Amino acid sequence: MHIFPRIKLPAKIENLEYLIEFVSDCANKQGIDRKRIIEIEISTEEALVNIFNYAYQNVDGDVAIICKSDENNKFVIEIEDSGVPFNLLSLKEPDTTLDISERNVGGLGIFLMRKLMDDVQYKRKEDRNVLTMVTSKSHTDKNNPDN
Amino acid sequence: MEISSRKEKNIPVISVKGRIDAVTAPEFEKNMSDLISKGEINLIINLANLEYISSAGLRSILATAKKLKSEGGKMLFAGLQGPVEEVFKISGFYSIFSIFDSETTALNNI
Repeated sequence: MHIFPRIKLPAKIENLEYLIEFVSDCANKQGIDRKRIIEIEISTEEALVNIFNYAYQNVDGDVAIICKSDENNKFVIEIEDSGVPFNLLSLKEPDTTLDISERNVGGLGIFLMRKLMDDVQYKRKEDRNVLTMVTSKSHTDKNNPDN
Repeated sequence: MEISSRKEKNIPVISVKGRIDAVTAPEFEKNMSDLISKGEINLIINLANLEYISSAGLRSILATAKKLKSEGGKMLFAGLQGPVEEVFKISGFYSIFSIFDSETTALNNI
């Protein structure tokens, strides 16, 4: 059985950089290119900041992260928390066509995460929120002519 | 994150190096607010050495842009590359900001 790298820390902004570094190290060990690693780091930050702010709005708790490869050799990041049921994918997407004065300063994070990753899924598993983000390991793997 | 600023043709040129994330974004925003309160209402932001920006960074840029707009000024960007350029494109920042390849072109367009 393969043991996947896992980290569990209090869900606090002070741990943000350390948690991102953990994911970044996993990605690095899997030979993922620098640009993709930055995209993974940004998506991880967006997920974590939302968990800190919404799932644990009034209480303290932990957040756990597991990194692995799936059967299609894609990079998978699983983020678990035991906060209140909170599906961050249900947040309203921002209107990215508005001009400066009309632009709302919120909602961009989840939008970015969904655009940067190939797939993002949310599940409520027992008393935990589980967010799974999946991305290809290099830009050339993606079936996208833009990359 | 490292912020350095200098003046070219009397216009502040601000270079941001490293990462603007949820932890460093407030510092970036404060630096910009300080410039605005000193009466600088046109800013050139050089992001050539910026490696990383998250939505917290984008929010601090939007907040700065709104302040500048209410003062009748604006911010111009130069040197975007890699993931920072990608994030700006995804977020629709190319349609709300003037973004130039180089500082020189930005200065000529202020």
